[in-house]
Amino acid sequence: MSTLERPARTPRRSPVSWVRRGGLSNLLFMLPLLVIFGVFSWKPIVEAVVMSLQKTNLVSPATFIGLDNYVKVLSDPQLGQAALNTLYFAALALLFGYPVPLVVAVLMSEVKRARGLYSALAYLPVVVPPVVAVLLWKVFYNADPTGPFNTVLSWVGIPPQPWLQSAASAMPSLVLEATWAAAGGTIIIYLAALTSVSPDLYDAAEIDGAGIWKKVWHVTLPQLRGVLLITFILQIIGTAQVFLEPFLFTNGGPANSTSTILLLIYRYAFQNSLGGNYGAATALSVLLAVFLAVFSLIYFRLTKSWSSE
Amino acid sequence: MKSPRKAVAIVAVGIASAGLLSACSADAGSDDGKVHISVASLIPGTEQAAFDAFDARVAEFEKLNPDIVVDPVEYEWKATTFTAQLAGGTLPDVFRIPLTDGRTLIANGQLADLTAQVEALPYFDQFNPSVLATAQDDQGNIYGIPREAYAIGLHYNRDLFEQAGLDPDDPPTTWDEVREDAKAIADATGQAGYMQMTQSNTGGWQTTAATVSRGGRMEEGEGDTTTVTLDNDATKESLEFLKELRWQDNSMGSNFLFDWGTINQAFAAGQIGMYTSGSDLFTSLTRENNLDPAIYGLAAIPITDSPEAAIMGGGTLNVVSAKATDEQKDAAVKWIDFYDVAKLVDQDAAVADAKILADQDQAVGTPALPIFDQATLDQSREWIADYINVPQDQVSYFAEGNVGRTLVGEPAVHTQDLYAALDTVVQAVLTDQNADIDALLAKANSDVQALVDAD
Repeated sequence: MSTLERPARTPRRSPVSWVRRGGLSNLLFMLPLLVIFGVFSWKPIVEAVVMSLQKTNLVSPATFIGLDNYVKVLSDPQLGQAALNTLYFAALALLFGYPVPLVVAVLMSEVKRARGLYSALAYLPVVVPPVVAVLLWKVFYNADPTGPFNTVLSWVGIPPQPWLQSAASAMPSLVLEATWAAAGGTIIIYLAALTSVSPDLYDAAEIDGAGIWKKVWHVTLPQLRGVLLITFILQIIGTAQVFLEPFLFTNGGPANSTSTILLLIYRYAFQNSLGGNYGAATALSVLLAVFLAVFSLIYFRLTKSWSSE
Repeated sequence: MKSPRKAVAIVAVGIASAGLLSACSADAGSDDGKVHISVASLIPGTEQAAFDAFDARVAEFEKLNPDIVVDPVEYEWKATTFTAQLAGGTLPDVFRIPLTDGRTLIANGQLADLTAQVEALPYFDQFNPSVLATAQDDQGNIYGIPREAYAIGLHYNRDLFEQAGLDPDDPPTTWDEVREDAKAIADATGQAGYMQMTQSNTGGWQTTAATVSRGGRMEEGEGDTTTVTLDNDATKESLEFLKELRWQDNSMGSNFLFDWGTINQAFAAGQIGMYTSGSDLFTSLTRENNLDPAIYGLAAIPITDSPEAAIMGGGTLNVVSAKATDEQKDAAVKWIDFYDVAKLVDQDAAVADAKILADQDQAVGTPALPIFDQATLDQSREWIADYINVPQDQVSYFAEGNVGRTLVGEPAVHTQDLYAALDTVVQAVLTDQNADIDALLAKANSDVQALVDAD
């Protein structure tokens, strides 16, 4: 008769052995991080969810009002326009902001000399404080015929453009600046990823007679797949939360043509000097966060097979 | 512990964490036995000379009241930052709010009750009752002290008038003349002949002033029964006026996104011929925007023949944070009396204030409306006649044009929401040639009415 040997018993985890095994020191070392993360990240998040169920002006005591804030936010006639504007911004930003850094990075990686100089030039806009950059561009966008951009256009015979001063051209103008400001960071990520592509693959492709575009299409892009997927979702999340540009350039104008979801949240909270509607502001924030979380999940689920191929 | 070094590290980390937590609850206190109050001083970005003048007044006050310490804090009332400061508790103890906000902030419990202190002021019974009412609750308790009152006026650039061949000593008195002069300026100089604020609720503010000048009102009734009337004929007329200047005459330049601060900047830089704003603007234009006084002119806003046509006015209240102690309230009212009010009713105070301002090259004699009565205001102007440095002949058209006119206040219910809704309409009219004024106003009207009904 054979007896099945019982599997070796896992040692009991008593508090004493936990301390002996370094549990306490681990915890102590993690404590500052946990405290900082808890106090400055998770506590505000939980408080925001609670506040989205309350009516409060942060001065008088708050009262719970159930889902009223969500009903109010979802039935606000401005939500549709803000959502469309945000989508429009995201689409334009994808159109310009996603491929441009990739093209620049690929070109820069082909450059053999003074690559550091090009990297520095590409990254320079990221170093300029965003508010300073926007205020500078606001001057460039002066719609007078004497404005800097309009002056440049006049040299090549193009009539003065209204830039920020017309509902049709305001959003593309915002995206242009945003792309300029953000491209440097993405270029650096792509450049780093490009260095990890094995030169053997290019050599092999070259032997097979591939030109530069075939090398990019068949070697570079597939090898960068993982990074491209991540920068894509980061770009979507970033553009869905666009605030700085519409706030500083146009404050949502002209006639709400650049009002975005985050600007709407800001207006709920701060537009009325008699006490903002912080409940509605947090309710819309929670909705946006949930939407982005769900979107990210679906995105990663859908692209899982692609990225691990 | 496995090694002494590790033990030391753990203790160090523990201490650091404890320090981090205790730092959160640290509180700065003062134990010098004096009453400390923080007071709103000047707008951020104001030139140094103005701060010097302010500090001189503070020093004088502290000499008179050795048991009070005044802590000046830079302050600018803006609808968008005020709420955050109020909620975050970062407002100074003594700050200023528009007359229109008094009643709601009182109802919200955000202002200190100053009844006892204000009633003890020697000039208490001289306040213009309708101005004081904006600082009172239904029981008549007083929560603020009127600081200043203004009416909307027409500010114009005398230099651009001359360049356009217009007489700067003959400013326009009708809206038609404004249109003609604006076109002349735009054609001759390439600058905006006429402009209006459009952003951060100021577009609604100025559209309301333009509406009142044409005999319209934005609201009827009171409190919960208020009917919003944004789609009245006078507002339509005001917007049609802008539309004609913008799209027929092309006399409004190329930039249309302005708020209070940026339009002042553009005006001082010579980019705008005429615009409407509060009559007390000269102080700010010279202080923050370096305006050359020689190019400045102020006229009365044109009004139409409508029997309801009037000038819109407004003003500010000095108020005290609801968190102030009784000692701080006493000190606060002493400060308000010293800095803002006594100079209107007391000759010595008036002269002392004017002298310091004039010494520092700050504006003395900016056109204002009385918070007591006209005779008191005239009297205070006489006391300081020697120090007045605002070119009175360039601003006299304002007072002359307003003789016999009715002054009305701003809309009382959901004022800022109403202004915000109108911002969108004004921006649309100035940036979209095909903007449908009727439809835009109808939508804005129903949006604001919904907010009123929801109260």
